[in-house]
Amino acid sequence: MLELRSLTAGYDRRAPVVRDVSLTVAPGESVGLLGPSGCGKSTLARVAALLHQPDRGQVVVDGEPARGWRHRAPRAQRTAFGVVFQQPRLSADPRLTLTQLIAEPLRATGRAADVQERVPDLARTVGLGTDLLGRRPHEVSDGQLQRACLARALVLRPRWLICDEMTAMLDASTTAALVAAVEEYRAESGAGLLAVGHDRVLLERWCERTVEWGELVGAAQGAAERPAAK
Amino acid sequence: MTRPVLSVRGLSVRFRMRGGTHVAAVTDARFDLAAGECLALVGESGCGKSVLASALLGLLPENAETAGAALLGDGTDLLTADERTLARTVRGRRVGLVPQSPAAHLTPVRTVRSQLEETLRELAGVRRPDLRKAAAAAAERASFPLGHLDRYPHELSGGLAQRAATALALIGDAPLLLADEPTTGLDRELVDRTVDELRRHVGDDRALLLITHDLAAAERIADRVAVMYASRVVEIAEADAFFGDPGPRHPYARGLLNALPDREFTPIPGMPPELSALPEGCAFAARCHRADTACGTLPALAAPGVACHHPVTAALEAPRA
Repeated sequence: MLELRSLTAGYDRRAPVVRDVSLTVAPGESVGLLGPSGCGKSTLARVAALLHQPDRGQVVVDGEPARGWRHRAPRAQRTAFGVVFQQPRLSADPRLTLTQLIAEPLRATGRAADVQERVPDLARTVGLGTDLLGRRPHEVSDGQLQRACLARALVLRPRWLICDEMTAMLDASTTAALVAAVEEYRAESGAGLLAVGHDRVLLERWCERTVEWGELVGAAQGAAERPAAK
Repeated sequence: MTRPVLSVRGLSVRFRMRGGTHVAAVTDARFDLAAGECLALVGESGCGKSVLASALLGLLPENAETAGAALLGDGTDLLTADERTLARTVRGRRVGLVPQSPAAHLTPVRTVRSQLEETLRELAGVRRPDLRKAAAAAAERASFPLGHLDRYPHELSGGLAQRAATALALIGDAPLLLADEPTTGLDRELVDRTVDELRRHVGDDRALLLITHDLAAAERIADRVAVMYASRVVEIAEADAFFGDPGPRHPYARGLLNALPDREFTPIPGMPPELSALPEGCAFAARCHRADTACGTLPALAAPGVACHHPVTAALEAPRA
């Protein structure tokens, strides 16, 4: 269970972007979060992935409340998440080859020995040809780089996937291919998914359940009242 | 008949790389764009769409080699015009650009208002007491909220930055507007508003070349659609026929449309070829289930506007409700 409880977060304590937002994703469930540009949904996705510390509220990952954020998050919690961002160019180190990019989480967690085994496998899953793996980000297209970023998010076999506008930069065919790769991984691993975006048609086709940004605000009170009413 | 606003004739762009290799980014593009018309150029990332736009503005890097011609209504060839002509009479005045990444296009150290005012001064000759009002009017035209005029580009969301860039592009009232992925990162409602505004700006006497990977945006405003694959235009069709009945005729274009989430949502198998190592024949043959030996030779973009030896003839399935 991934629980976001009454989160308030932002970049200025006086003017938080996210105010009192709650959302729960069940294990293996796929939830699409819809909201207009600039509503704070990307900030919420960052908090959910333990990448941004909220001002108030709690993130509970599989029953355990998160206490650290970014590099201070305990490794077991940090590696439970795979994150794919909107802009592959901004989320890929330009100095790394695609193989190194995909393998980086393995190296960072002391599992460099697994690189040979995992990377070719994953490259196939996301549809990257072996000829591309030796290239650096500036030598591949946005679509190809995003495929590598998805492979990187899957390399530690996360229990939770957070996709923040993963396909907003991509054409229809690459979008369908990346969504298919995510779903293939989920079917095999049982990972849960929080997909954030503004494309209603896409998220409704992709996810089991979609929620509107507006429904989440103050949702904690609703959830607390329900058991009491029984 | 009046002359087209833009006439692209056999335009090719290739980049010289280290080691004497070449990357063919645009090969033999041909199309006309009439006044009052909107042509959507669609295709996946890396197919050469944006290079075509850069060529039309004379913004190609040093190592680019061009061939063919791109003529404006008055006969100016955009490929051979010198930098002085391009800078003083073409960019902004006769060809307006709505850029792909507004965050990189806007000057980071100046407010949106100051950038609007500068553009108004330079392109429209507006002078001081009227400048403030004109800047507000220009912002409103692109639905940029007036309360954000005194903000710097980094203080704007992606959608607002895009609208600021659109406002700047519309100021010169250029007869030809190039919109290079104007809707990337915007939500559907904003996409609709942005493209509607572009369409409205086109009216009857201007023309719009909309470069996009967003097929829904293309469907909304385009009169004609050109599909680009691996540096070539592989299909040009009327938008009604392309998105409705009988649907795209090139197997790639058909696959692209069927990849949409409200249609089959299935990707085209495989990946596009490298632009540095294009095959002799049809570049799509390796991914195409209709391909046979005939596809080893390059198909010409023949009437009715499909470059394929085995065009699809079956009707397209309608999108799901």
